[in-house]
Amino acid sequence: MSYLPSWEQVLRVLLLSDFNTRVVVVGVALLGMAAGIVGTFTLLRKRALVSDAVSHATLPGIAAAWLVMVALGGTGKWFPGLLLGAAAGGLIAVGAVLTLRSVLRLHEDAALGVVLSVSFGIGIALLGLIQQMRRGSAAGLDSFIYGKTASMLSADALLIAVISLILVAAAVLLFKELSLLCFDAPYAATQGFPVALLDALMLALVVAVTVIGLQAVGLILIVALLITPAAAARFWTHDLRAMTVLAALIGAAGGFIGAGLSALVPRLPAGAVIVVTTSAGFVISVLFGTRRGLLRVLVERHRGDRRIRREHLLRALFEQLEGQLGAMPGVRELAATPVRREQLARRRGWSRAELASALRGARRQGWLRPESAARQDLRLSAAGAEQALQVVRNHRLWELYLIRYADVATSRVDRGADRIEHVLGPELVAELEEQLDRQRDRAAVAASPHELASTALPLAAVTAGARARRARPS
Amino acid sequence: MTWTSLDTGIVAVASVSAMACALIGSFLVLRRMSMMGDAISHAVLPGIAAAFLVTLSRDTAVILAGAALAGVLTAAFTQLIHQAGNVDRGAAMGVVFTTMFAVGLILIVRSADSVHIDVHTVFYGAVELAPLNDVAVAGIRLPRALLILGPVFAADVAFVLLLYKELNLTSFDGEFARAIGFNARLIHYALMVMVAVTIVAAFESVGSILVIAMLIVPGVVAGLFTRRLWSLLLFGQAVALVCAAGGHLSAISVPRWLGLSDTSTAGMMAVVAGVVVGVALVAAPERGLAARVLHRIRVAVGVGREDLLVELLRGEERGSPGASGRELVSEETSRIAGRSTRFDRTVALLAERMRGRVRRGADGYRLTAAGRRLATELLRSHRLWESYLFAEGDTAVGEVHFAAHQLEHVTSAGMRADLARGAGATDPHGRPIPEAPPADLGARPPADR
Repeated sequence: MSYLPSWEQVLRVLLLSDFNTRVVVVGVALLGMAAGIVGTFTLLRKRALVSDAVSHATLPGIAAAWLVMVALGGTGKWFPGLLLGAAAGGLIAVGAVLTLRSVLRLHEDAALGVVLSVSFGIGIALLGLIQQMRRGSAAGLDSFIYGKTASMLSADALLIAVISLILVAAAVLLFKELSLLCFDAPYAATQGFPVALLDALMLALVVAVTVIGLQAVGLILIVALLITPAAAARFWTHDLRAMTVLAALIGAAGGFIGAGLSALVPRLPAGAVIVVTTSAGFVISVLFGTRRGLLRVLVERHRGDRRIRREHLLRALFEQLEGQLGAMPGVRELAATPVRREQLARRRGWSRAELASALRGARRQGWLRPESAARQDLRLSAAGAEQALQVVRNHRLWELYLIRYADVATSRVDRGADRIEHVLGPELVAELEEQLDRQRDRAAVAASPHELASTALPLAAVTAGARARRARPS
Repeated sequence: MTWTSLDTGIVAVASVSAMACALIGSFLVLRRMSMMGDAISHAVLPGIAAAFLVTLSRDTAVILAGAALAGVLTAAFTQLIHQAGNVDRGAAMGVVFTTMFAVGLILIVRSADSVHIDVHTVFYGAVELAPLNDVAVAGIRLPRALLILGPVFAADVAFVLLLYKELNLTSFDGEFARAIGFNARLIHYALMVMVAVTIVAAFESVGSILVIAMLIVPGVVAGLFTRRLWSLLLFGQAVALVCAAGGHLSAISVPRWLGLSDTSTAGMMAVVAGVVVGVALVAAPERGLAARVLHRIRVAVGVGREDLLVELLRGEERGSPGASGRELVSEETSRIAGRSTRFDRTVALLAERMRGRVRRGADGYRLTAAGRRLATELLRSHRLWESYLFAEGDTAVGEVHFAAHQLEHVTSAGMRADLARGAGATDPHGRPIPEAPPADLGARPPADR
């Protein structure tokens, strides 16, 4: 079975003390950086999978270049020559995709699929021929399919590093033009930018990254370097500049760690390890990303739920007090009158725990009198009464609106308003007021347009209704 | 080159896998998820490897199950990333399938001692070897691959027949299908399962490249020739058959021209698929290059014919006895007349002669009575437009001719009557606007082409 690398070995790779490892790891890291940057633009232009077609199309290019070199009397092993062939194949593929799209009006995905499969088939057929030829040395041609980082020569790695740096420089120089292209191509065109040329340039950058990445990660997986870092960066930021830098960093880290790992552990296919490392970065981004990360979304949803429950508590308190004090109670009356806990729970159909959680939230907001915390009788603070008026006002405004303009039956309007009232901003409330010709006095709360659930309603009926409401998917 | 029973076996295996892929893949193309075929065909690798590692069995059913699971996971993860992160669907797909492929590759390389999956074969396929591994069924020796592919193809056919209505509706108008209560998501995932199973069944014999080509190309090509689902599916089957037979034939014949023995059948099938796409690029109705060129010529000749008649009528106005053929089709006249080439004009002249609108006399070409009637209508349209554009359209006198020259070809009798209401007796250049010719029920109005 495999053995674990010793600490010294890890250190040797980390500190890049071994020359060949150093060149290869740095080369692949730079490649990841260039791919991350270029990938950001293709991702935003919704062209991410173009790189898939391009990378598959490099195979017939490589095979054809080999044939040409052998026909000219060489061995067919000259690396730059093979790369030129790969680049030609990639460019032809881009041309073919664009032709299929514009002439046959195929959708992008169909055009990509056709070009990808046909060109890879041509490549396989050519390789089949090459393997039978006596001349030249065909060994290692198909290493381009899976990559062979481990056996990469330092000269090859140097070539990769230099071209990556050139690509990074090109992307930085064209940053403004490319970002305009990605966000608003028609606007860019009206401003006199050569959109078609920029598109072609962007695709040429994709071809270049693909070609130099072939040897390191192989043509099937180079796509990952062009897509994954950019997609991961998108979970952290909306700012293009930050996204580009982040994608470059994720790509570089994936390349560095992946290439280092495969140098340490035997029998690890380097390309696959680089991709898995980058994907690990992606998974981390999906979970913890500060923009769209799942964790953040969950936290926000939880916060929203708590806020809504607090607001429901206030409304329940208000409606209870309204029953005791009569219509349109003022702030002082609201704050002066106690409400019993179980009356509240009954009104909303809340369990004891739910009520406790809502009360805790309201107390933290300072909406309840501090001394009413442990007691059976709850009392609103002045701020809480103020807030309750506001919440009920929103609810009833929306109910009135629904009744008047959306033709919702009076008996059903409570539920509709329940869903939307929490997201009404102040502008929308103002607009509602205007539409409903309400007076602008902040304190005024009209009577509810429908019968309020009376406290005399049996508890079972209310909770059953609430349960049914919760069970229904919204 | 000699054709043996081995070749027949190869073509049979290739055909069945191609047809199975084409049938199920057409729906991917229709749903604009062609690349899902590519993604799943890469992503089933870890499914196959894991199925091996967990059960240590090479049972086909186990492998198919592992692959189907991987296929569904690919679709589900893609959807999750697409929705949760608002990432473009293509990019989400790219992330998922490359990761799964990489994991599969690592699994296979790390456990090479226990897992005997030749990654090479997974990609290139070994359809050439398929007939060698045969079993006897009812006394007939059949390639073992057919025993797997046959039932899978049958399952695909059954799936399509049973869910024809649902697939049809959800493929063409998913929103509508959802609105009237179809469970589009269930159908989507059922399709993904069928895609994954088909891919893996075909994988074993023909390799992944061919699978991708056969999933996408038949549907794409058929979609260019027909718009009905059932005919699209049948057309796709025909394309698959052509690719399978043509692919093997060219794999064993083309290399001989170069003095080599043969090459990969799977590769050549994809090449033939490419040729089929090339043919479609030229020959497809409406969108093909040939159809486009023909359409352009038809329009150009049609315009040229009308221009020709009007020129002869103008000549009559100037008092010239007739025009020579050389004059009528000269570079100069075609340039003045617009975009028609000399070729268009020559065809136009021939066509008008055949229709009896132009006659060749001693002094050259002259209009016949029928030709004159048409020419008068056209010239009337032209000058009415000039008057209108000058009076109402605020166009300079020098420019009205060019606009009127285009509009005259698309002006109906009714429009002429409208234009005539505000026009005087002459156009802005001072030339008389001809009276409408007496109605001739036999003649076709020129503008209603």
